[in-house]
Amino acid sequence: MSGIDGAQFLSASSLGLLGCSVCGELSRALECECACCRCGAPLQQRKRESLSRSWAYLLAAAIMYIPANLYPVLQSRTVAGDESHTIMGGVVTLWRGGSWPLALLVFFASIVVPLLKLLAMTLLLASVHARSSWRLHERAHLFRLLEFVGRWSMLDIFVVAILVALVRLRSLATMDAGPAALAFGAVVVLSMLAAQSFDVRLLWDAAGRNEHA
Amino acid sequence: MSLARMPASQLVVCRECDALQRVRSLSRGELLACFRCGAHLREFRGERLHRVLPLTLAASVCFVLANSWPIVAIEVAGNRASTSLLGSIVELYKQGVPGVALIVLLTGFVAPAAQLVLLTYALSSLAARRRFPGIATIVRLLQALRPWSMAEVFMLGALVSLVKLAGVARVFPSIGLWSLFAVIVLTAAAQAAFDVPGYWEKARTA
Repeated sequence: MSGIDGAQFLSASSLGLLGCSVCGELSRALECECACCRCGAPLQQRKRESLSRSWAYLLAAAIMYIPANLYPVLQSRTVAGDESHTIMGGVVTLWRGGSWPLALLVFFASIVVPLLKLLAMTLLLASVHARSSWRLHERAHLFRLLEFVGRWSMLDIFVVAILVALVRLRSLATMDAGPAALAFGAVVVLSMLAAQSFDVRLLWDAAGRNEHA
Repeated sequence: MSLARMPASQLVVCRECDALQRVRSLSRGELLACFRCGAHLREFRGERLHRVLPLTLAASVCFVLANSWPIVAIEVAGNRASTSLLGSIVELYKQGVPGVALIVLLTGFVAPAAQLVLLTYALSSLAARRRFPGIATIVRLLQALRPWSMAEVFMLGALVSLVKLAGVARVFPSIGLWSLFAVIVLTAAAQAAFDVPGYWEKARTA
């Protein structure tokens, strides 16, 4: 059997073998149908309903992305007056305050990464549906990158948590979490779930089917 | 093809692209990558697994410290305020954003704590050369918890908050922050030496 790049390979599923997704132990599909003999993880050829689950989480994340960016994440009340800060506003404040390395960090973690994650997951899912073999290795890399950077988006939620608890100076200043805080947290959690539900082997399966068709 | 007739112990299947391939024993510093998609299949770990238990215990001590002291404190015009991780969660809850409190609780406290406890349990089982009850479930849980444990993201969040407040208040990093830093370094070292296939390999030979 020849692969995308002409390399010879046999897929485990074509031989009736299942690799455990947790511990890597190889089982014969017949003798060990539902759980890995070694670690007890459920054995499946591919993650169940991977595409529909992933699409559902992704769509939910995309919807939450809108209020997350429009509403304030943080509301401050000081002697100088009330102020609302959106996520982008927080970046601008840091930038103007002269701490531009930190402004860049927050910009990447809170704005670039979530948006990139939504777009990249859409691309990956659509490419499976299209049975595309276009830039397969790059897409596999993209997915590994997504899994690695996704969690760093939680940064802003932790910043809000600390500021809200710390700035409780009665008459001088208080800070409260805004409505966007929950929405933004939901974007991060939902897009992590979207990536976790996605079975990256589908990229290779889809490209393989296209090849042999 | 001859691969189909080889015993399962000499084969490995790539988790990312399902390609079946021969596994060979690795020497120091070697890494086995999937020939088809380049994913890392196996890594030489040698006896590194022995280090995981002491590192995890040290990290657990620091974790207790990190949560018994404030993380950061500020002072404005003689008024001093400080907060710990759990304190900030309680405050979020009191202010009527329980959803955010829950996210911070799970990713900043529960997942890192569970990871340390479960890792200690799994490695004690290995050290005692006995299969502790529920060990398979626990090792699976460890794998599942990994992305949700965000102590290092929280630490960075604490630093960003300090910088944000530095202009308007005097800020003091507290013992909690230093302890948290130690937790992150020790946990990272423990995680680098621990992998699930390696764990089961060791459990089989023990």
